[in-house]
Amino acid sequence: MGSITLKKVSKSFGDVEVIPPLDLEINDGEFVVFVGPSGCGKSTLLRLIAGLEDLTSGAIEIDGSDATDATPAKRGLAMVFQSYALYPHMSVRKNINFPLKMAGMDPAEANKRIDAAAKVLNLTDYLDRRPGQLSGGQRQRVAIGRAIVREPSAFLFDEPLSNLDAALRVNMRLEICDLHKTLATTMIYVTHDQVEAMTMADKIVVLHDGYIEQVGSPLELYESPVNKFVAGFIGSPKMNFVSGASAKKRDADSIGIRPEHLTVSADAGEWEGIVGVSEHLGSDTFLHVKLSDGSMINVRASGELKAAYGQKIFLSPQEDKVHRFDAQGLTI
Amino acid sequence: MARAVTNNRKALNTAIAWSIGLVIFFPILWTILTSFKTEAQAISNPPVFLFFDWTLENYAVVQERSNYMRFLWNSVFIAGGSTILGLIIAVPAAWSMAFVPSRRTKDILLWMLSTKMLPAVGVLYPIYLLFIKMGLLDTRLGLTIVLMLINLPIIIWMLYTYFKEIPGEILEAARMDGASLPKEIIYVLTPMAVPGIASTLLLNFILAWNEAFWTLNLTAAKAAPLTAFIASYSSPEGLFYAKLSAASTMAIAPILIMGWFSQKQLVRGLTFGAVK
Amino acid sequence: MATQQSRSAARLMMAPAVILLLGWMLVPLTMTLWFSFRKYLPLRGGDLGWAGFDNYTRFIGSSAFWPSVQATLVIVGGVLIITIVLGIILALLLDQPMWGQGIVRILVIAPFFVMPTVSALVWKNMFMDPVNGLFAYVWKFFGATPVEWLSQASMQSIVMIVSWQWLPFATLILLTAVQSLDSEQLEAAEMDGASFMSRFWYLILPHLARAITIVVLIQTIFLLSIFAEIFVTTGGAFGTKTLSYLIFQRVLESQNVGLGSAGGVYAIILANIVAIFLMRIVGKNLDA
Repeated sequence: MGSITLKKVSKSFGDVEVIPPLDLEINDGEFVVFVGPSGCGKSTLLRLIAGLEDLTSGAIEIDGSDATDATPAKRGLAMVFQSYALYPHMSVRKNINFPLKMAGMDPAEANKRIDAAAKVLNLTDYLDRRPGQLSGGQRQRVAIGRAIVREPSAFLFDEPLSNLDAALRVNMRLEICDLHKTLATTMIYVTHDQVEAMTMADKIVVLHDGYIEQVGSPLELYESPVNKFVAGFIGSPKMNFVSGASAKKRDADSIGIRPEHLTVSADAGEWEGIVGVSEHLGSDTFLHVKLSDGSMINVRASGELKAAYGQKIFLSPQEDKVHRFDAQGLTI
Repeated sequence: MARAVTNNRKALNTAIAWSIGLVIFFPILWTILTSFKTEAQAISNPPVFLFFDWTLENYAVVQERSNYMRFLWNSVFIAGGSTILGLIIAVPAAWSMAFVPSRRTKDILLWMLSTKMLPAVGVLYPIYLLFIKMGLLDTRLGLTIVLMLINLPIIIWMLYTYFKEIPGEILEAARMDGASLPKEIIYVLTPMAVPGIASTLLLNFILAWNEAFWTLNLTAAKAAPLTAFIASYSSPEGLFYAKLSAASTMAIAPILIMGWFSQKQLVRGLTFGAVK
Repeated sequence: MATQQSRSAARLMMAPAVILLLGWMLVPLTMTLWFSFRKYLPLRGGDLGWAGFDNYTRFIGSSAFWPSVQATLVIVGGVLIITIVLGIILALLLDQPMWGQGIVRILVIAPFFVMPTVSALVWKNMFMDPVNGLFAYVWKFFGATPVEWLSQASMQSIVMIVSWQWLPFATLILLTAVQSLDSEQLEAAEMDGASFMSRFWYLILPHLARAITIVVLIQTIFLLSIFAEIFVTTGGAFGTKTLSYLIFQRVLESQNVGLGSAGGVYAIILANIVAIFLMRIVGKNLDA
């Protein structure tokens, strides 16, 4: 149980329309990621679903029944906030217990659930501590614990990993994925980091200025982005865009080619350029190449490639991986 | 912050600061000392500082003459009652302003503050009449209400500034966790704001304790608090310094002692929550 | 940033405070306005009918009116200047490293706890009394003639007493502000070769602007309605009759409610002028 349907949902703050009317279907058990640059309306959309903001128009259905005017408490959703929003004056146990206490759950049953959640999240030893005594990752787990004990019909995550350091972020990402597999509950996850979106999602919703640009699985978005924005946003390093003669030749206003889909050659190729900085990661080498017309192209080559600063080099796109766009930026 | 400072420099600072501190504190110290002197020593020339015959006689006389305990109880009742009543009304209002601000919030806040600028004398007679009509004259209840009203804007303002420091996400988390509004305020907001609420409580208790316009003008014998108790020493008994000092000490001691024990909250409260 | 539900809850929870304060403001104000147009002498016949603007012209025409406005402004202005200047000096001093900082702070804030009636009585009798007061003794010790403080220098004396009461407040607010000043900024300025005076003038003072605004606002609110200090010390004699005190005398001592109420209306207008002026500044400064 945990399907959510947005019908013509829109939101304005005063005269400013943050989210133009949009439709979206989230199926039970899905891991959906809202991704987009900051200010694209993804957090607002999540808050609309949570009930922390009113819709300006439209309707939200949760499990088939209308929840447009329901209070957050009545929607049966749990949320993990960016700042974790733990109650600083309560111990970890009391934090996790809070939603159960609000629901009037029998203390014995509540304790059983808390202990179970603590075990899953490795918090058993910390139940009597205050949030202030925990590390960032532990706080994050408490916030998740507080969400799972309620057995909600869906989890909402609002950029939950942005306050963690890089190593911890990777760990927590795996833990959340793991949790999703174990619980099989719907999760809606907001992030501005397309890597998180690609690695975690069943379904990615790319937002830009309040509009849904594209909805699809990570690979769908990677392989067939519907427009230039999605093409540029999804994938790391970013897709290279080239216009001019090479685009004309392919009947397009501009073409896009991912760094990993370029062939490097020392003596022949479609484009000629000068190697700038090259970053050797061991497994891969990233080359920043300056073409003769002054534009920059990023190349992802194999780790063995050695290229010196200022060296002349030739690049050719792999023809079947070229994305073509029209003047409006839509994929042809 | 930590900068190496020579001990000489520190000693100089200490000497200057302590001297100024003692000068500022001196009137209070002198009053307390005088309260333990005999009347003759209190006006002796030259004045004696510490080496006099300590006596408690003045306190006994003052208590006998004016029944200190009754005034004290009135003060405690009025100051405590008005502060608590004010808090009960102010907490929800401050919640609204801090967490659901609208375009008018700041105007309302400033308007509330501006009601404090209404000169009390301008409305003394009407209030006096209303109090007679309602049978509130010279009652603790009446005074409690008036002091609550005059301090309410300050209580609201202070709570507002403290509440604003609490991240809204935590209250939203409570809402997501299924807390109703009253529960959100009781279980989450209030415990988190305890230091701020304590400061507000202390400061307003002191303001109400020391309020000396309404307490002097709306009470006679029955409900008079310590401000009136001490005003009755203005003349000619004021010339009996030792007794005046004893009475003064008795009037300010409760607050001084309270201040001593809750220095941290008080210092915070004294800034009216306006400066961090 | 909230839902309709929380907005209506917010309005509901604001209601008691707003209604109470509105009532507290409007009811007595309307009554005062009404009385101000009546000839109303409670002990000499009660309400004797319509008086038109008589009370207003009489109140403003009385020889006591303008001096009382002046006295009010002098007290408010004098106390503000003294407390802010001394407060800044004290705040900077208390911010220096020293031993027993906590105790000094308690000593400095102690006067704030003293009720106005007590401080007025203590100052009046034990310090400013020309015969037995401590000041008289000091003057005599140096061979000078003791000053009759409350009659010869009445205004200065009252400003001094009130400043003593409010100095702790100003000091504390300013100290808190000084402590929040980024010390790296000051050190950078020192590295750049700024002298203490220029550091004070260009860094510290601007940083204190907001705190000073707060001090001015709150002290003005309390100083405009100063009462006990005058009631106990001079009883309004020797040029210390503030507007508030003048009205108090009209209403309670001469039992002329009509006249007093007209005075009350003037006082309210004066307070409003000050209030509007202050709110402008504060409204701007509070956003920071």
